[in-house]
Amino acid sequence: MTSLALRAALAAIILGTAGQLAAKPLVVCTEASPEGFDVVQYTTAVTFDATAETVFNRLVDFRPGTTDIQPALAERWDISPDGLTYTFHLRQGVKFHTTDYFTPTRDFNADDVLWSLNRQLDPNHPWHAKTSVGYPYFESMAFKDLLKSVEKTDEHTVVITLTRPEAPFLRDMAMGFTSIYSAEYGDQLLKAGTTGELNSKPIGTGPFIFQRYNKDAQVRYKPNPDYFRGKPPSDALIFAIATDSNVRLQKLRANECQVALYPKPDDVPSMKADPRLKVAEIEALVTGYIAMNTEHKYLSDVRVRKAINMAFDRQTHVDQLFGKGNALVGVNPYPPTMIGYNSDNQNPPRDLAKARELLKEAGVPEGTVITLFTRNGGGATNPNPRLSAEMLQADLKQIGLKLEIRVMEWAEMLRRAKKGEADLVSTGWAGDNGDPDNFLSPLLSCDAAKTGENYARWCNSKFQELITRAREVIDNDERARLYAEALKVYDDDQPWISMAHPKMFTAMRANVEGYVINPLTNNNFATTKVK
Amino acid sequence: MLSFIARRLGLLIPTFFGITLLTFALIRLIPGDPVEVMMGERRVDPEMHAQAMERLGLNKPLPVQYLDYVGKLAQGDLGESLRTRESVWTEFLTLFPATLELSFAALLFAGTVGLLAGVIAALKRGSLFDHGVMGISLAGYSMPIFWWGLILIMFFSVSLGWTPVSGRIDLLYDIEPKTGFMLIDTLLSDEEGAFKDAVMHLILPAIVLGTIPLAVIARMTRSSMLEVLREDYIRTARAKGLSPARVVFVHGLRNALIPVLTVFGLQVGTLLAGAVLTETIFSWPGVGKWLIEAIGARDYPVVQNGILLIACLVILVNFVVDILYGLANPRIRHQR
Amino acid sequence: MTSPIPKSVTPASPVDRSLLYPSPYKEFWHAFSRNKGAVMGLAFMCLVVFCALFAPWVAPHDPSEQYRDFLLTPPVWLEGGTWQFILGTDELGRDLLSRLIQGARLSLLIGLSSVVMSLIPGILLGLLAGFFPHLLGPSIMRLMDVMLALPSLLLAVAIVAILGPGLINTVIAIAIVSLPSYVRLTRAAVMGELNRDYVTAARLAGAGLPRLMFVTVLPNCMAPLIVQATLSFSSAILDAAALGFLGLGVQPPTPEWGTMLASARDYIERAWWVVSLPGLTILLSVLAINLMGDGLRDALDPKLKNAA
Repeated sequence: MTSLALRAALAAIILGTAGQLAAKPLVVCTEASPEGFDVVQYTTAVTFDATAETVFNRLVDFRPGTTDIQPALAERWDISPDGLTYTFHLRQGVKFHTTDYFTPTRDFNADDVLWSLNRQLDPNHPWHAKTSVGYPYFESMAFKDLLKSVEKTDEHTVVITLTRPEAPFLRDMAMGFTSIYSAEYGDQLLKAGTTGELNSKPIGTGPFIFQRYNKDAQVRYKPNPDYFRGKPPSDALIFAIATDSNVRLQKLRANECQVALYPKPDDVPSMKADPRLKVAEIEALVTGYIAMNTEHKYLSDVRVRKAINMAFDRQTHVDQLFGKGNALVGVNPYPPTMIGYNSDNQNPPRDLAKARELLKEAGVPEGTVITLFTRNGGGATNPNPRLSAEMLQADLKQIGLKLEIRVMEWAEMLRRAKKGEADLVSTGWAGDNGDPDNFLSPLLSCDAAKTGENYARWCNSKFQELITRAREVIDNDERARLYAEALKVYDDDQPWISMAHPKMFTAMRANVEGYVINPLTNNNFATTKVK
Repeated sequence: MLSFIARRLGLLIPTFFGITLLTFALIRLIPGDPVEVMMGERRVDPEMHAQAMERLGLNKPLPVQYLDYVGKLAQGDLGESLRTRESVWTEFLTLFPATLELSFAALLFAGTVGLLAGVIAALKRGSLFDHGVMGISLAGYSMPIFWWGLILIMFFSVSLGWTPVSGRIDLLYDIEPKTGFMLIDTLLSDEEGAFKDAVMHLILPAIVLGTIPLAVIARMTRSSMLEVLREDYIRTARAKGLSPARVVFVHGLRNALIPVLTVFGLQVGTLLAGAVLTETIFSWPGVGKWLIEAIGARDYPVVQNGILLIACLVILVNFVVDILYGLANPRIRHQR
Repeated sequence: MTSPIPKSVTPASPVDRSLLYPSPYKEFWHAFSRNKGAVMGLAFMCLVVFCALFAPWVAPHDPSEQYRDFLLTPPVWLEGGTWQFILGTDELGRDLLSRLIQGARLSLLIGLSSVVMSLIPGILLGLLAGFFPHLLGPSIMRLMDVMLALPSLLLAVAIVAILGPGLINTVIAIAIVSLPSYVRLTRAAVMGELNRDYVTAARLAGAGLPRLMFVTVLPNCMAPLIVQATLSFSSAILDAAALGFLGLGVQPPTPEWGTMLASARDYIERAWWVVSLPGLTILLSVLAINLMGDGLRDALDPKLKNAA
């Protein structure tokens, strides 16, 4: 009897410790350090992954793997017929995180929504000025002009009134910059005079609770047992910061991390062949392109732009830069998965003789120099901008144009390109919410041409009219029709050299389950675990 | 002696001001400002931009900004990072131990191996060992350090699997950063195997970073040792019948080490600068990487004060070396 | 220069007069060539200079030509290699051997121009600091101290960030960063020489300041400067490589060795030759220069001859 009890006790101990050994953290290798944890102050994808996807929630979310909207902190919502009033009915019983620096005394309610949004909207909000560079997303999306008011009608209902109908609005509310903070925590920090801690000790409602950030090394989270969608299955989440993609792959192979973000497309075939690893892929909402400055002496002539587009060997470029099958050749400004994609638009077939003819017609002398500005490091939309530039250079040489490549530091390139100093700008754009307007307005509208982020400085009144109308109309089919028409106008005028819509990849160990790759390039680990 | 020290100290003050001026000017001369970097590809509303610049105090005329900056420095205020809003001093204190640990390990490696090799090469002058040591050390400072690092990683970490690929420690260990020195923190924590893991992570970066100082120290020790060994007092010591070991180590090495000391001091500056590349390759979270990224993000307070702190350290080390050299060599002390 | 030892002359065999009084150049070459390493270094550098001068004729292909069918071909001695591309091709199908040969031009250019650009102002400032030790001298030295206190790579990065990336700006950045060592060296040498008799004699004879500086004193300070120049020639090549590695070097498609290394970093597992060969070339060239520098120092300064 005693030996049985002993054996049972021993088994219990072993199982207990085995349970502890089985405590499996999920280590994710990320490509950069998060800039801070006050998500509304930043724009980079890595900061959003480390804050908006872990610590925070928003009123609505994107269904994983898609750009469809699903309820999050708002259970349901009503939109007035004129499209100006949105009433959100908030979820009840959602708790904010409890940490060693904050204990909530109440559940999430409308006050928190008001705090989060009015902080960015209302200059009289006590926290409005507590930011170093402002609220980039809120400002660049012109929410200041769009939102008339954010009010509550009771503890669980928030009413947002707009100044004009805006079709993408609901999708905008799923973006990271509308993350909901705890008003109680805000008041606590304000009273203590330590408002800077909002950036280093965040509190939210999200699936993971912030534990510690070792600068430039790692971020540690633990799962939120009260998460309204269910406690995350992994016992700890660790973001390991490894800026070099080779290093991320090496760590993945050594099982030092179980998920590696942004692997190089070149490495994908060898990763797929490795039985210990697997690769998730998706046709993401990203575009790599080269904008042609339509105010330039020769580039203002559409024939010259057509000639350049005819000379560029797109297929070889895509194959070489991304690897065969890892990217779609770009035609339209946004990829085919979004509404309004005009499949009638085609890239011109490669025809060097015709290109030369067009150039002669337009009166471009042989050996004209055009400058191309590009940044010196790779990114999600273009892993190796130098390579792209050199391939284009070789192609243009064949039609008598001399391309002068200027690799420069990102900050400098932004400033100069926005001022219009470049002839060509090699850059990219990742969609934020799955709406065509999110691509077309910031990159090709007349407004953007004035402020500079429309690097092509292209302002076409017909195009502008169409996209303005499409923005206001709520009916999806009507919008699709309008966008298709707008894209036809775009195709006739060719302000860009379209390059590619790269696929996004995430590499992971074969025993990782529950990770869903997203077309918007954000990464959420609320349902991921290591088997 | 005291006047020597006082004179040396006096020279430090204008140097210090010169550094503040230089770093201030340099970072402002780089085109682009922090607000633009933050906005990235997105549009920058001119009104918002102006407001943000005013909040940051960047719209005042440059001389006023400089005076503000120096004024704050005098009060010991090093400002906040524009990106993370953390105090620059705190960020520096978080990251510097990593760089210091790495530099220390590199210097330890370079010092012990270099001194030993240099002494033996001097004693066995002209032999194969001598030529070998000199050849290898010459190769050591002829290599691009980042290439050397990549080759070593490829060989030892990827192919042989002897050392880990990057970072300071395996992330499965949750080590609380009490001092910032991973070796000490792992000893203080109660996680098994953490200390050994930290050491394994330190080996390859220390070798890579220490290669150039190793080469310089070896060569310097050898040539200095050779000079000393020719001196009359060594001949006298030998003639007196002292054992060879005593001659070399007690009489010879002590005097030979003096020039080596200055070299040691100079290497500290090289180490802090060379750490940038090593930190990038090995994902070592130190100040080198921090500063390069800050330059890219136009994070003015970090760049100005980060560089200032490092420069002060370098000056301090050189100052100490100067004093020690003066102590050891009376001729220098009484020079102009 | 050691004075020649006159041989006892036997009238029967007439002795070549030039052997009795070896010219300084012959003596220098005699001392230099005793150092096998230095000679090997010289030989390699001659090869590099030859490649640099005659690159368009020596290189088998145009360094910028992209052979899109031959991307990442291995060198000829590996499987998949071809004699058409002896050292293989890079990620854009450009012949590696041609790029390395063309790169010799750039690296030598960078080394030479940065040395000249820092040597001339460095000597000038050093002379001024030595000749005016009361006010001008200390100010110049403080400035140099400031520049030396800053980590050199960061200083170079900042300068390139201000000027913008490119070949000339890289050279300027490297030149500025190496300036302080020349100034210090020159000043130390000048101050050592100023107390000598021949300088006093020249002053008494009425030599004006420029003549004193450049004709009387400077030639006697050249020895350590020459040695330093070879050292900074090699570190200029390494610095340019480091800047290229950080993405701040020359613009594509110019085949500078360091930038080739940086862009090849991604191919370290698949196509190791794209990484190893440029690195090896840098190593051999810098090694050769350093060997030469060692030999130069030994040959020029008899005191150091025995020490190293």
